[in-house]
Amino acid sequence: MLSKGLKRKREEEREKETLAVDAWWLDPSLPAAAQAPPAAASSSLFDLSVLKLHHSLRQGEPDLRHLVLVVNTLRRIQASMAPAPTLPPVPSPPTAPCAADSLLASSDAALSASMASLLEDLSHIEGLSQAPQPLVDEGPPGRPVGGSPPSLGALDLLGPATGCLLDDELEGLFEDIDTSMYDSELWAPASEGLKPGPEDGPGKKEALELDEAELDYLLDVLVGTQALERPPGPGR
Amino acid sequence: VAWWTDTFPVLSADIISTVEFNHSGDLLATGDKGGRVVIFQREQENKSRPHSRGEYNVYSTFQSHEPEFDYLKSLEIEEKINKIRWLPQQNAAHFLLSTNDKTIKLWKISERDKRAEGYNLKDEDGRLRDPFRITALRVPILKPMDLMVEASPRRIFANAHTYHINSISVNSDHETYLSADDLRINLWHLEITDRSFNIVDIKPANMEELTEVITAAEFHPHQCNVFVYSSSKGTVRLCDMRSSALCDRHSKFFEEPEDPSSRSFFSEIISSISDVKFSHSGRYMMTRDYLSVKVWDLNMESRPVETHQVHEYLRSKLCSLYENDCIFDKFECCWSGSDSAIMTGSYNNFFRMFDRNARRDVTLEASRENSKPRASLKPRKVCTGGKRKKDEISVDSLDFNKKILHTAWHPAENIIAVAATNNLYIFQDKVN
Repeated sequence: MLSKGLKRKREEEREKETLAVDAWWLDPSLPAAAQAPPAAASSSLFDLSVLKLHHSLRQGEPDLRHLVLVVNTLRRIQASMAPAPTLPPVPSPPTAPCAADSLLASSDAALSASMASLLEDLSHIEGLSQAPQPLVDEGPPGRPVGGSPPSLGALDLLGPATGCLLDDELEGLFEDIDTSMYDSELWAPASEGLKPGPEDGPGKKEALELDEAELDYLLDVLVGTQALERPPGPGR
Repeated sequence: VAWWTDTFPVLSADIISTVEFNHSGDLLATGDKGGRVVIFQREQENKSRPHSRGEYNVYSTFQSHEPEFDYLKSLEIEEKINKIRWLPQQNAAHFLLSTNDKTIKLWKISERDKRAEGYNLKDEDGRLRDPFRITALRVPILKPMDLMVEASPRRIFANAHTYHINSISVNSDHETYLSADDLRINLWHLEITDRSFNIVDIKPANMEELTEVITAAEFHPHQCNVFVYSSSKGTVRLCDMRSSALCDRHSKFFEEPEDPSSRSFFSEIISSISDVKFSHSGRYMMTRDYLSVKVWDLNMESRPVETHQVHEYLRSKLCSLYENDCIFDKFECCWSGSDSAIMTGSYNNFFRMFDRNARRDVTLEASRENSKPRASLKPRKVCTGGKRKKDEISVDSLDFNKKILHTAWHPAENIIAVAATNNLYIFQDKVN
């Protein structure tokens, strides 16, 4: 549903869309035509990139090159959209322009920080499952790596809170145990998208159906818990 | 030069993911998505079958990698073979390195054409004989048997890469090799599997600062202390292992400045280098980005000495190619044996060859319909606008699912191997 809306927008804009035309291979007598892309085209590219980022992060082990290139492209698009004070009204499902509006209105730092936290979560997953990272410089040249499989020590800490498995009367015994480790950010609902549950079996191709709830989750992750400055507009 | 084929394409059970001739060109190895390696051998000249000279037939097939499950990350590790590299031949056996995303394996391929017969303690079926029934002793003799080619794993180099391995490269010292993933490059000794040395690490302290990954790496063909690695930002760094143990600082930095008039949102993605290859001479290197191949003189870092457009007509379609992810396709490139020509793939099963001396290029198609044995390949042309001539194909009719990512050129002769999805084509030029 949402993707159809995006597609419609792109087809409308395709004729008008003139991403900067490269001229170096053209006949030198012709003037170089480098136009700035219209705002609506940037916005649809932005949405597409967000979609790709979302899809990429939901992979068990995202293709790092793909991820980095999409994130960098997203930053470029966002940087070019930032100076525009308002978006032209675009008829499309409510959540998409809201995302663009709010992200435009917020500072560049907020988006960077949100992307940063996404990438940071990735490194948390790496760190937890690859325990023996060789960071110490030893005598021999270079840094010796590899050889032994990752230890299971880190895995012991990753179990879910144990309360649900115990009888009620026994639960009381554990009430005063500090479970803040189990309540870490990694196990907050927002991160579930990064680590596939049993239903996301390896090799399973998921249909890219974004419904409103999923997009809301993505927005939450991207924008964080910061209160966004929303410019007063009609109907808000 | 007219290209033709001896045989119909070889159909593989799975998508071919790497193609590599050995150093003599007599063997051609392919790896596929299913973790299998198939090795073809060139037929020797045979007077009774004069047309069979140059034909490549299956020599050995083996399962190199199996799918694995990483229980800690709850992820499947693909068995797809990313790269195969041959070791220079030192005795009767052949050795190659094959790698998937995480593990590199050294395989020994050897021939057995004799077997021993006349054992004393067991009969021909292998059943043990009753020692008390043996009345005479005999010396077993070697008898010829049908040729059997055996592949056995000799070394397994595992657990050294957190990220996906994209390259392996054997050093000219024939003792060491490098393996590169998205963020790190490791140096191995072929005899030692339980440790390797990390020689490049571009992982930032905070992953949030990650903006660039390693895309390919290769050792210099003659200088065993020199290697290069390319990045997703279109740069190549040349490193000298003599200068420091950790080669995070490069000796040379190759980057062509961006043309401001062609800047777009996709500039970085299309500048991302998908392959880097030294010339056989060691004087040049070639890089492949999304739309072009560039030849660099190692003595000049500021810009390439040659730029060849592969499919410039795609520049106006970048948005669609971004949408369908084709813009992320990683094309490889290769040099001819004499370095006078270079080759790379494109879409619609097209591949391109550039003659550097004659300054000519040609587009050919690897397809069953167009390649009847011993018929020359017809040059193809893509119509970019205006009236489409007969035999031309318009940009919008190109099939972007038919991509030629992997090609290889025989080290000495004009024989090429082209992988089109799960078909392997072998072409050679007409001998005058």
